[in-house]
Amino acid sequence: MISLDLIESTANELMRKAAVEIPCDYLTALQQLTAEEEASLSCFVLETMLENYEAAETDGRPMCGDTGCPRWYVKFGNESRVEGGGVGLEAALRRATAQATHDIPLRPNRVHPLSRADHNNNVGIGAPEIEYGFEPDGEWIDITTVHKGGLFGTDYRMLFPSDGIAGIRRFFLDSLAAFGKRGLACQPAIIGIGLGGSKDACMVLGKRAACLRTVGDQNPDPKIAELEEELKELGNSIGMGPMGFVGKSMVVDCHIEVGYCHTGGMQMSIHAFCLSSRRATARLYPDGRTEYRTDPQWFTPYQRRETVEWLNSP
Amino acid sequence: MAKQSLRKIRLSTNPTEDELRALKLGDVVYLHGSVYTAREGVYIRVVEDKHPLPLELPKESAANFHCSPAASINDDGSINMGAVTATASFRFSKWLDDWFKVSGAKLILGKGGMTSNDYRRDFVPNGAIYLTTVGYGTGALLGRGVQRVRDVYWSDDLGLAQAIWLIDVEEFGPFIVESDFEGNSLFERENARVAETLTRAYEGTRPAVLKRFGETDDRTDELI
Ligand code: SF4
Repeated sequence: MISLDLIESTANELMRKAAVEIPCDYLTALQQLTAEEEASLSCFVLETMLENYEAAETDGRPMCGDTGCPRWYVKFGNESRVEGGGVGLEAALRRATAQATHDIPLRPNRVHPLSRADHNNNVGIGAPEIEYGFEPDGEWIDITTVHKGGLFGTDYRMLFPSDGIAGIRRFFLDSLAAFGKRGLACQPAIIGIGLGGSKDACMVLGKRAACLRTVGDQNPDPKIAELEEELKELGNSIGMGPMGFVGKSMVVDCHIEVGYCHTGGMQMSIHAFCLSSRRATARLYPDGRTEYRTDPQWFTPYQRRETVEWLNSP
Repeated sequence: MAKQSLRKIRLSTNPTEDELRALKLGDVVYLHGSVYTAREGVYIRVVEDKHPLPLELPKESAANFHCSPAASINDDGSINMGAVTATASFRFSKWLDDWFKVSGAKLILGKGGMTSNDYRRDFVPNGAIYLTTVGYGTGALLGRGVQRVRDVYWSDDLGLAQAIWLIDVEEFGPFIVESDFEGNSLFERENARVAETLTRAYEGTRPAVLKRFGETDDRTDELI
């Protein structure tokens, strides 16, 4: 049994790590882009960002003053048991969200959409979001927090089979240009793309592709991996860099996730995970051990399975 | 990597007209003095609901930051402030002319700037310019420039995110000069350059078979 105390204290630490520490895969990629960027304004922005990550870690303060919208992804090994069950777990994650918002401090971003009431703790109706997944075997649970920036860089479009790859390219460019001008998306970013599913499923796939996969990771389907690479190069060829200045650093990496969809459609969503790509994961074991990491390892063969039965099951 | 060739300037948060006139698009600015946050919550309360200002402006500061800090107030009234980052400014342009008149602001600090139309209509007549934050996620660097939080106003009515935070700053930056004294915009200059390469990247794409109402085919268009 995994104790609620362990869940709450780990969740608190995850909140801090996500807000303060830039994940190493993203940092390495940004250093590479900085070395290759030639335009002086774009260069200045990238160098300033690298300094900013250092300042954040040294001082223990959030990288960005807009600390995003904290959310949780919980994955259960199939043999895991949690003290207090799902209700206990959700309460622990909500407590950790409120506590960390005060202690770090994070910006209390979450308000009621109409009354604009602010509880000053990032907790409210439907906030933080908590999403679930399962894995065969394992007595552990994985807890991931993502604090994605909230306003720009995300869009959805109903495409059709006749739109084809040319239509995908087009919507990709439309979105990069729309949110890239003046740097509203805070690029260079990890771009996540959802293809298929239904409108809501497509949004979820794209968001997870952006926030739960690391730079350099490829989709196991070689055709999709090829499209990921192609779109990344296309994005970096539009002549735009950070803040929408002239440059070539736009897309740190491009990740695509697909889901089976209606036979007449080809839904597409796009999500930009910003200059503060905040994600942190921990694996919790029943004996009280925790292991922290920056790769959520969300997309496993099981998550992407396409058959009726899970064929690898024992 | 290109060698940095940008001019760096130290500027007071109550700058003189000459100091503002001397700034060029793309200059890098570090501020000293005091800045205050004010965004839609404050603008609505002051400009639309005609509430009197809770502090003396521009005497305390002529630098309005479009920002909600990552901060919390402890039970004993003390304040923690870690990182500060701007929020996108284009949404606030409709209140600015009135706001300049009430507040005497000379510097608007924010994210992403506004259009040169806004600058010519609202900024130039009021002798103000726009400085954009960098990145934009440079909250930790900006946080280092915060010396102390002098006061918080209206946090009970508006919440921490929309309250007025008056903060003393030193080496507060970097910012980039986005609009100059004539109302030119750095972003618009850069957009015009990007538009050419962007047009080439669109070759080999196709507009969606199902259109959206009112879409643009002009690569120089912006959506703000
Ligand atoms: S989108 Fe930009 S401003 Fe918002 S959290 Fe990310 S880096 Fe910060």
